[in-house]
Amino acid sequence: MSAQQPPALEVRNITKRFPGVLANDGISFTLEKGEIHAFLGENGAGKSTLMNILYGLYAPDEGEILINGRPVTIRNSADAIALGLGMVHQEYALVDTLTVAENIMLGTEIVSGPLLDERRANQRISQLSREYGLQVPPDALVQDLPVGVQQRVEILKALYRNAEILILDEPTAVLTPQEAEDLFRVMRSLVARGKSIIFISHKLKEVLSIADRITVLRRGRVVGTALPHESTDRTLAVMMVGRSVVLTVDKDESQPGEVVLDVSNLVVLDDRQQVAVDGVSLQVRAGEVLGIAGVQGNGQTELVDAINGLRPVVDGRVCIAEQETTTAAPRHISELGVAYIPEDRKGTGLVLAYPIADNLVLSTYYRSPFARGMRILANTIEEQARKLVKEFDIRTPSIWTTAGSLSGGNQQKIIVAREFSRPIKLLVASQPTRGIDVGSIEFIHRSIIQQRDDGVAVLVVSAELDEVLALSDRIAVMYKGKILAVLPQPEATRERLGLLMAGITDEHPSEEKVNGSTG
Amino acid sequence: MQGTVTQPHVSSGGNIRRGITRARIVGTIGIIVATLLIFAITSRVGADKVSVLNIPQPGAPQNQPLFRIPLPTVATVVVIQGLLGVAGLYVALRQPLRWIAAYVSAVIGFAFFTILLWAVAGSSVDLVDVLARVVRLATPITLGALAGLICERSGVVNIGIEGTMLFSAAFGYIAAILTGNTWLGVLAALLTGCLVSALHALLSVNFKVDQIISGTVINLLAVGVTGYLRGGFISPYEQSSGATLTAQALPGLPIPGLAQIPVIGPILFNHQPITYLMLILVFVINLLLFRTVWGLRTRAVGEQPKAADTVGIPVNRLRFWNVVASGLISGLAGAWFSLESTFRFDDVMTSGRGFIALAAMIFGKWTPLGAFGGALLFSSADALQIKIQGFNFGLPRQFLQMLPYLVTLVVLAGIIGRARPPAAVGKPYEKG
Repeated sequence: MSAQQPPALEVRNITKRFPGVLANDGISFTLEKGEIHAFLGENGAGKSTLMNILYGLYAPDEGEILINGRPVTIRNSADAIALGLGMVHQEYALVDTLTVAENIMLGTEIVSGPLLDERRANQRISQLSREYGLQVPPDALVQDLPVGVQQRVEILKALYRNAEILILDEPTAVLTPQEAEDLFRVMRSLVARGKSIIFISHKLKEVLSIADRITVLRRGRVVGTALPHESTDRTLAVMMVGRSVVLTVDKDESQPGEVVLDVSNLVVLDDRQQVAVDGVSLQVRAGEVLGIAGVQGNGQTELVDAINGLRPVVDGRVCIAEQETTTAAPRHISELGVAYIPEDRKGTGLVLAYPIADNLVLSTYYRSPFARGMRILANTIEEQARKLVKEFDIRTPSIWTTAGSLSGGNQQKIIVAREFSRPIKLLVASQPTRGIDVGSIEFIHRSIIQQRDDGVAVLVVSAELDEVLALSDRIAVMYKGKILAVLPQPEATRERLGLLMAGITDEHPSEEKVNGSTG
Repeated sequence: MQGTVTQPHVSSGGNIRRGITRARIVGTIGIIVATLLIFAITSRVGADKVSVLNIPQPGAPQNQPLFRIPLPTVATVVVIQGLLGVAGLYVALRQPLRWIAAYVSAVIGFAFFTILLWAVAGSSVDLVDVLARVVRLATPITLGALAGLICERSGVVNIGIEGTMLFSAAFGYIAAILTGNTWLGVLAALLTGCLVSALHALLSVNFKVDQIISGTVINLLAVGVTGYLRGGFISPYEQSSGATLTAQALPGLPIPGLAQIPVIGPILFNHQPITYLMLILVFVINLLLFRTVWGLRTRAVGEQPKAADTVGIPVNRLRFWNVVASGLISGLAGAWFSLESTFRFDDVMTSGRGFIALAAMIFGKWTPLGAFGGALLFSSADALQIKIQGFNFGLPRQFLQMLPYLVTLVVLAGIIGRARPPAAVGKPYEKG
C-alpha cells in the first residue's frame, strides 16, 4: 500500500434532483479510515437522500463516489454491501417475525446442501458479538426484543456482511440515554478495530461528544465542516438553520390554577390485550405544563389514547374540567375543550389525501360557523384556512394542496393550527415535534408555551428528553405503565431522568424491589 | 350516570379477558351444537338402533370385514356430545387460549361423526372408505391452500386460485382428449396454471394493480372462457369422436405392500397420482418454507419487503416467480378435477374449492401442515355429505351440501384464533 492511505470513502459533487426539489446539490466529503464522521442537518436538508445514494437506493444525477480511492458505481443495495458499506436505517430494516439469526443472515445465507445451516450461522454471529461487545440472543424473535437490542442486530447484520463503513441514521432517536451511551461504546470499539462510521443525527450534544469530524448540511448543500473541540452546540445550530435558534424555550414561572385534567388509578390495555397503563394517577392544572418522559412503548400512547376517549378504560377514571370522561366519546371530550396533537401525524392527525383547508376544520367542520344544518359552508372554511395558513406560517403553494404533499414540519403546523384555533382548556400533545425541522420545532414550542400562559392545562408526552425539559413545569417519568416519579422541572436533571427512564429508582429502594419482581 | 366505572377489579399484569371473548363464543357454540345433536338423536332415532362401523381387510370382499364395531347409536352420541358439551363449558369459563383451535376442530369433527352414526343407524358403513375419501377430497383444497400460501407468504394475495384451477382443468382436459394421453393433459394443466398465474403476477406485482381486483378478473375470466370452450369446443368434440376417445382418468396406483396394511393402507397408500403428490408437497413445501434460502427470503419479503430489499433481495422478482410457481400447484389441483377425480369437464366444476382452499390456508395460519389440517376438515364435510347421500334419514340433503360452506364461514369468522397474515400481504412494493 502507499504511504498515504486513501480515504475509506470519498464523495465528489453529488447532485440529486427530485421533481421540484434539489435534494443534494454538489455535495463532497471524505470519510477517513477509523473515523466517526457526523452529519448534522434539519429534516429535509438532504442527509437521508445522500445516504440512500451511498447505499444504492437512489442513483445520483451527477457526481462520483470513491471507495479506498477507487471510483465505484452503486446501483443497488447489493452493490453497496459488496463494497463494504453497511447501513442501519432510522426505522430498522428487520423482519419482526424472524429470529435474530435469520435476520442477520437474510440475503447472505449460510447453507449446507439445500438447507440453511443455522448452527454455523449462530457460531459466526456469536463470534462477532464477542468481538465488538454486541450481545444478542440468536434464537429470539426480533419482535420480542427491546429497541436497543434490535439496533445491535442491525449493526451485526452489517458486520456479518463484512462492512468496513457503517452508516448509522439517527441511531439514538429511540434509545434511553444509557442505551445511547452503550451504543457510543460500541461505536468506539468499532473504529478502534479500523471500521469507519458515518453518524447522522440532529442532536447537537451527541454529535459533539462522539464525532471526530462534523459536516453540516442545509438545503441539500454542505454548509461547513467542523471539529468538535472547536465548536459548541450554538455554533453548530447556527450553521444548521442559518440563524440562531433558541434551544431552550424562554418562559416565565407558571401560574397553576385549578385542576383541569384529573386521572386516577387508570388501567388501559394495549392492542395485544396486555396491561399497558398500570394504575396511573396524575393531575394537570390550568396554566402549567406536565411533561411525561419515558422511552417509547412504556404506556404513553395508551395513556394519551385513553384520555382522548380513543381506547377503552379498564379501571380507574378520567375527569376533564370537573366532568367524568372515562367512557365519554372522543367528540364529547373534544367539545369540552380538549386539543389533541397525536403522535401519529399521518395516520391520526391528518387526512393526507384531503386539502389543507379541509384538514384545518377536521374537529369543527360539523358546526357553526363551518356548517349550517347538513350544509358545509365552503366559504368560511376557505376563509379560515387562509387565516390559519398565514398565522401559523404553514408553507404551502395553496390551501388546496393535499396535506400529504407537505413536509413533516408543515403537516404538524396544520394540526397545531387546527387545534389552537378553537377555545381550549386542555392540550394533550404527544411527540409534538418528532421528525420535524428545527424551525418548526421552535415555532411549535413557542405556541405551546403561549397556550400555557393563556391558562390552558398542557400535557406533553415526548421521547425527547430535551423537549420535555424545555417545555415542562413538572416532569413525570413513565416506565412499564407506571409513573415512577413526578419531579419539579428544576430538580429534573438529565441523569436523574435517564435512570428513571430505565426503571431505576435509587432514591426509593422499596419501589425498585417491586419493579424487579414484576418486571 | 357517568359516576360509576364498570369492571371494578383487575389482576394487574395478567391476561384480562372479560366481556364477549373468543373462548366464550367458542365454548357457547360448542355447548349449543352438542345440545342440538343430542336432542336430534334422542328424538329421531330409536334407542335400540345400532350403527355398525366396518374396518375392512384390504383385498378381501366387503362382507368379510377385519373388524365390526357395533355402536349403540343414541348412547354413543350422547356420551360423545355430552363430553364435548362439558369441555365447552370448561373452554367458556377457564378460557384456555391454546386449546381453542383444538376444541373447534373436535366440535366440527365429532359433529360429522355424529351425523355419520345417525345416518347409518340400523345399518353399517365402511369407516376406512370414508377416511380414504376424506384424504382424496382434500387434494384440491390442500393444493390450492399451498398455492395460496406460497403467494401470500411472499406478500401477494391470490384469490384467483379458483379461476386458475378452472382454467387448468379445462385446458388439461382439452389437451388430454386431443392427444389421447392423460399425462400430457396434466402437463397442459400445469402450463396453464403457470400462464394464468403469470398474468396475476404481471398485473399485481409489476403493474401494481389491486391484487383483489386482479384475482377477481382471473376468476370471472375463467368462468367465461371455460364455459365457452365447453359449449363451443369440448362438447361438440366429444360428440363427434363418440366412443373413440382413448384417454381416461389417471390410474389408481396402490403402493405394493403398503396398500395391504389394514386401515392405513387404503387411507394413505391406495390413491391416484395427484393425491400422492399432494401428500408429498405438504411436507416438501413445509421444508422449503422454513429450512431453505428460498423460504427464508419468501417469508422476509412477505413480512418486511423493505428489510429484504436493503440486504439485496430482489423483492418483486421473488414475488413474481413465487406467484408463477403457485400456478404449477393450482394447475395440479385443476388437473385433479378433470383428469383424476373424473375424466370430464363441467362448467364451474371447481365449485368454490379454490376459495375454500384459502380458508384452509388461513385456518392453518399460513403454514403447510396447518393448511393440510384445515383442508382435511373441509374435505371431511365433503366426504360425509357424499357418503350419506344414499341413506334416507332426518337431515335434508341440501343441509349436508351446505356443510363445507358452513364450516368455511365458521372458520373465517375468526373463531379459530386471530390468524395474523404476513404483514406485507396485498401491498405492492415500490422502492424508496
